[in-house]
Amino acid sequence: MRLSPFSRNLLKVGVAVTLAFIYIPLLVILLYSMNPAQTLSWPPESLTLEWFPKAIQDQAARDALLNSLKVGAAATVIALVLGTLASLAVSRHRFFGRESITFLVLIPIALPGIVTGIALNATFTQVLDTKLTLFTVIVAHATFCIVIVFNNAAARLRRMSTTLEDASADLGATPWTTFRRVTLPNMRSALVAGGLLAFALSFDEIVVTNFTIGAGEKTLPIYIFETLFRPNQPGKVYAVAVIAIILSMIPVYLATRLTRGEAQTASGAGAPAAAPPAV
Amino acid sequence: MAAEATVPAPRRSAGKRLADLFQGRPRLTVAALLAAPLGWLVIGYLGSLGVMLIASFWHLNELSGEVQQGFSLDNFTTLFTEDVYRTIALRTIGVAAAVTVTDAILAFPIAFFMAKVAKPRMRSVLVVAVLLPLWSSYLVKVGAWRLMLSEDGAINWALGPLGLHGPGYGTIAVWLVMSYIWLPYMIIPIYAGLERIPDSLLNASEDLGAKPGRTFRKVILPLTFPAIVAGSIFTFSLTLGDYITPANVGTKQFIGNIVYSNFVSNLPLAAAITTIPIVVMVIYLLVARRLGAFEHV
Repeated sequence: MRLSPFSRNLLKVGVAVTLAFIYIPLLVILLYSMNPAQTLSWPPESLTLEWFPKAIQDQAARDALLNSLKVGAAATVIALVLGTLASLAVSRHRFFGRESITFLVLIPIALPGIVTGIALNATFTQVLDTKLTLFTVIVAHATFCIVIVFNNAAARLRRMSTTLEDASADLGATPWTTFRRVTLPNMRSALVAGGLLAFALSFDEIVVTNFTIGAGEKTLPIYIFETLFRPNQPGKVYAVAVIAIILSMIPVYLATRLTRGEAQTASGAGAPAAAPPAV
Repeated sequence: MAAEATVPAPRRSAGKRLADLFQGRPRLTVAALLAAPLGWLVIGYLGSLGVMLIASFWHLNELSGEVQQGFSLDNFTTLFTEDVYRTIALRTIGVAAAVTVTDAILAFPIAFFMAKVAKPRMRSVLVVAVLLPLWSSYLVKVGAWRLMLSEDGAINWALGPLGLHGPGYGTIAVWLVMSYIWLPYMIIPIYAGLERIPDSLLNASEDLGAKPGRTFRKVILPLTFPAIVAGSIFTFSLTLGDYITPANVGTKQFIGNIVYSNFVSNLPLAAAITTIPIVVMVIYLLVARRLGAFEHV
């Protein structure tokens, strides 16, 4: 669209302001993590990197990080299996209720986290009589991670023409061989991207985690939640927070690289531009 | 035909025999594909929502404080008769609506720039810049704003020389911080929606004499509306359920706070309160689906 130089510049200013709005609070935390003083007043009078080695050596933070990695990995594996299966059914077959599947996978992230949290907590504690552990957290996280894998896989399947799969079948391949040799290799980068984003979502999740984790157990967000808002060693806590931000941005960055050229959606799918409707 | 029968059948692996079972049986294939995901989501997830709805009719034993399983309307009577719950529900829904509108307004210019003005290289840089904070560090963002909004924080430090004072902690702060945190969830769908509009449509509108403002109102806005609704699902829903932001930068209760505070002491009442966001979101999702938002989510 042709814009006048004035509106183009106005737009650029708007973009710069929005980006500043997005990143300034993160920079503020970065500066607090380098604040040698134990006070929280702004601005820090000097800067230091002394908190970072302390943060890395903090045993509670390390244990929490390890738990987060375990939960994220397990939830991602479950979500990958379930999300891929559902996407194959929806994208490659026609059946009654097909549209409802798209709706169904979306509900766990479309409903507020407290709803999912309370519902799973009530089921675990009141009906199944299970103790809350990291396992219950994995079940909860897998539930809302399915949609991420599903959306990525379904978007890729929509983009892929079925002619290759048809050709494979015509040449005598069984559906399993076609899946293994044709469909799966074409889906691979979308599945890896979906898995990375599912991991990132799990790695950062606090609301549902709070309701499904056992007493005394901590994931990294739980550790941050318990220390960030009323810190007794502010610098170290903010250094842990900065490390957590960087760690959680890695999978997101890799996922965006993998789905480059495909438009993103807020639930993580690299969707093709001008895609046919999903529903 | 008779000769064929003498040819020994090739040895077949279990996997191949399983695959043969599905060949030419599409219904069986669909059932096999859907069994696990549907089992998980319908039995596990919808089942849990059902348990919670049932739990909302339970009540606490007055003497022991233990959960009594059995039908009672006590919790809903409390919700409907005590004004405090109505006030909290309306406050939460009001802030969720305000956050959604704010984010839609803030998101549009940058999304438009990304989709229609920026060169491809710039565009991918901007997409990454918006996506990185979307997927990470929710808690740290709340923590940052808590520091910035405090009396001797960065906002008052920046506004002080101008003779101004920041909003401090309160409902304004909750609106501001939630608008901040959920903004990327609105930018991305609008960007994707704008990217789908062919440039030729915008050029046609211009060639037919429409000024940019008119092109925006008559062409761009109607075509991106489903994408805006898709983004609003996140901004609205996430605001409805958040208890960490109000607890740290607010001074008043939101739905999330009363759910969270009742969850340990009175699980049935907490379950009853969550029916408010559930009803609101189910209606919201059904309307959103009608408006064609789901292909943008």
